[in-house]
Amino acid sequence: MTVTTHGPLPDTPYDVIVIGAGVVGSAIARALARHPRLRTAVVEAQDDMGQGSSKANTAILHTGFDAVPGSLEARLVREGSRQLADYAAESGIPVEPVGALLVAWDEEQRAALPRLAEKAERNDYKETRLLEAAELYDREPHLGPGALGALHVPGESIICPWTTTVAYATQAVRHGVDLHLNCRVEKLSQGLLSTNRGALHTRWIINAAGLHTDTLDRDLGHDDFTVTPRRGQLIVFDKFARALVRHILLPVPTALGKGVLVAPTVYGNVLLGPTAEDLDDKRATQSTADGLTRLREQGRRILPELLDEEVTAVYAGLRAATEYDDYRITAHPEQAYLTVGGIRSTGLTASLAIAEYVIGQLPANGLELGPSRELERVRMPNLGEASPRPYQRPDLIAADPDYGTLVCHCERVSRGEIRDALASAIPPGSLDGLRRRTRARGGRCQGFYCGAAVRQLFEEARG
Amino acid sequence: MTRQVDVLVVGAGPAGLTAAARLAASGAGRVEVLDREQQAGGVPRHCAHGGFGSWRRPLTGPAYARRLVETALSAGAVVRTGVTALDWAGPLALHTVGPGGPETIEARAIVLATGARERPRAARLVPGTRPAGVYTTGELQQAVHLFGQRIGTRAVIVGAEPVSYRAADTVRASGAEVVALVTEAERAQASLVRAQDARLRRRVPLLTGATVAELLGHGRLSGIRVRRRDGRTAELACDTVVFTGDFVPENELARRGGLTVDAGTTSRPGVFAAGGLTRPGESAARAARAGVQVAAAVMRP
Ligand SMILES: Cc1cc2nc3c(=O)[nH]c(=O)nc-3n(C[C@H](O)[C@H](O)[C@H](O)COP(=O)(O)OP(=O)(O)OC[C@H]3O[C@@H](n4cnc5c(N)ncnc54)[C@H](O)[C@@H]3O)c2cc1C
Ligand SMILES: Cc1cc2nc3c(=O)[nH]c(=O)nc-3n(C[C@H](O)[C@H](O)[C@H](O)COP(=O)(O)OP(=O)(O)OC[C@H]3O[C@@H](n4cnc5c(N)ncnc54)[C@H](O)[C@@H]3O)c2cc1C
Repeated sequence: MTVTTHGPLPDTPYDVIVIGAGVVGSAIARALARHPRLRTAVVEAQDDMGQGSSKANTAILHTGFDAVPGSLEARLVREGSRQLADYAAESGIPVEPVGALLVAWDEEQRAALPRLAEKAERNDYKETRLLEAAELYDREPHLGPGALGALHVPGESIICPWTTTVAYATQAVRHGVDLHLNCRVEKLSQGLLSTNRGALHTRWIINAAGLHTDTLDRDLGHDDFTVTPRRGQLIVFDKFARALVRHILLPVPTALGKGVLVAPTVYGNVLLGPTAEDLDDKRATQSTADGLTRLREQGRRILPELLDEEVTAVYAGLRAATEYDDYRITAHPEQAYLTVGGIRSTGLTASLAIAEYVIGQLPANGLELGPSRELERVRMPNLGEASPRPYQRPDLIAADPDYGTLVCHCERVSRGEIRDALASAIPPGSLDGLRRRTRARGGRCQGFYCGAAVRQLFEEARG
Repeated sequence: MTRQVDVLVVGAGPAGLTAAARLAASGAGRVEVLDREQQAGGVPRHCAHGGFGSWRRPLTGPAYARRLVETALSAGAVVRTGVTALDWAGPLALHTVGPGGPETIEARAIVLATGARERPRAARLVPGTRPAGVYTTGELQQAVHLFGQRIGTRAVIVGAEPVSYRAADTVRASGAEVVALVTEAERAQASLVRAQDARLRRRVPLLTGATVAELLGHGRLSGIRVRRRDGRTAELACDTVVFTGDFVPENELARRGGLTVDAGTTSRPGVFAAGGLTRPGESAARAARAGVQVAAAVMRP
């Protein structure tokens, strides 16, 4: 089990190197880990996995009901959705099958609902149902006035995106995949990666660098697509707001564009967002005054009481949009190279299916995978409110009182959970990484009470 | 497991400890104070400066906190730390958890004294990136005074209230420099002496009529952008920013119970409230006085 964060890199060549430890790269690494003959590594520019788009999304496990029928994305979202639901159940990744309502606020939107139901059928999703206003308000009594009806999509769920990525990467690492963090690929050529930590040799390269896939692609002479970061800003409301909403409230897409959604999170907060802003800066993950004002205006219409609650957090993520309306997954066998590009706004849902698809491409393109084995399961710490957290488990506390000693009070994170995360297979490289693994400092006080104590535990563990 | 006490006080800050001391001394029976922190004392635990206690016996925050605990203990109250009151188990009963496991505690009266905190950056809707180096005074004081942690080297303080000047003191105590105080108000909200002292003797500029428009920097804070009332913006280079004041009640328990709180009382008979919870931002001395008053209200037949 090897995770490196600094120092020299191994000089023996790998069979496969995956660039990027987002949810997609981590899923691919996990799939490769099934093949013990392959010497596999993941290289990640940042100090932790999942710090790109994978950490800042809307955390919905989609059914794919509204995908472009017949596209690769539609297929992989559909397959990935089921696979991830099963994987989440076996690994303890929080998922809540709350279902979605596409709420129509005007006649044009109401008229669009039957068409969306048809589209869902073409995407092999048959459980949608049209709701009249009365039933809609029965289901969502706090909805703002003026809604005309809705399309119910019961299969849409909410999920913890952070635990998902950590689970994949942990399972990969436990099965012998090397993970090199703080390792940015600066130049790519066939079989050779030049990184800030030195050179790495490999037979095959899989480019899963998210927003940067196009740049690396060009190093190998491919000009297939250009990534345009599309920013999505989101507001996380206090847990007191959770009682206001039961479903994911989706906007109805019309010619005038797509509105924003209101959705519960598995941690018990409520999300409002995202915006959709095409930018040219791949680092522009800041929120803006305009963006927040517009979100609040839109949110007030959907769920007026939401705006009375305090905001717990604000964040923004960048979607890897391209000029194409689909994923761009392309093998270049002559260069022993494969690009996983354009994984735009559904990559969390599709991740396991993307990984299967990518692995499936390799043998035909000249990489023998060798024998395959079942992976040992991982069991992730529960960050979700739908099943008992450690502080709610007398058995755990009796065995180890640290699970009854709360450090982060707003999120009720115990010293035991923080200690476990700091001693895990891939320990967090920063307090933010610790927060994504435990929720510590992620609550309404944002560290007023616990920030210094959590930092102390983090620094003690790092020595 | 359910246990009975006579009075259960949630929160061992100035309000809760003072109420408990009074109640125990007036023969209220078994008076138990819970606090989720490892040390009792509330916010004064990390106010490493003077200005607490009485004019006859001035104390630092930590010494004041210790004295409040001693007074409560010697009056006969039980103070239990590391125990969180999680939620209501009945009109006058609470679920709690601590290293000893879960417990339900029933009481004849419950006093909520859970205090107040400062509104953090996100809740103030300050746009920008999410870098390290963003504090509230509460976190800053604990980092520096309780744990001896290093903060940055150049700090901007948001606010110009008494607590803001305390934050500036803590920044300097940690060895860092205070770049400026920034406030939306037209003038400092602290005493003239304090403000002039900061401005003249220590040469800390005070930007009035200015809001924080954006936090800058990836990974670590690199600066903040401030907007003046006339719309002009300026960038202040800093690696630390402290959001001070703007107090909000720590009212999770009250809200979970659907209670409205008023000075002293709540909407539920037998449940009382005191201190920062009912008047966020009041001084420790006032919170302690509120503790005295709430004790009298609990004892009233
Ligand atoms: C606002 C928003 C909302 C979304 N909502 C949803 C949703 O509800 N459901 C859903 O399924 N999907 C959603 N998505 C999409 C989903 O988040 C992405 O599709 C997914 O995270 C993409 O994962 P990735 O691994 O391809 O990219 P990333 O997570 O960006 O990972 C790429 C990794 O590559 C690393 N890297 C880049 N360049 C280099 C280099 N040169 N060397 C080494 N490493 C490098 C990066 O540091 C990064 O860690 C949303 C996205 C956004 C932005
Ligand atoms: C950063 C800061 C600096 C200040 N500086 C000064 C100053 O210099 N001088 C001054 O006079 N005043 C100052 N004040 C104000 C003063 O400290 C507070 O008003 C006073 O502490 C309020 O007392 P309290 O007992 O109501 O609440 P607190 O002191 O906040 O105590 C509340 C206690 O309740 C506990 N608690 C909360 N919820 C639960 C639960 N569910 N279960 C168990 N325990 C719980 C908390 O752990 C805490 O210990 C400052 C306030 C702050 C925030």
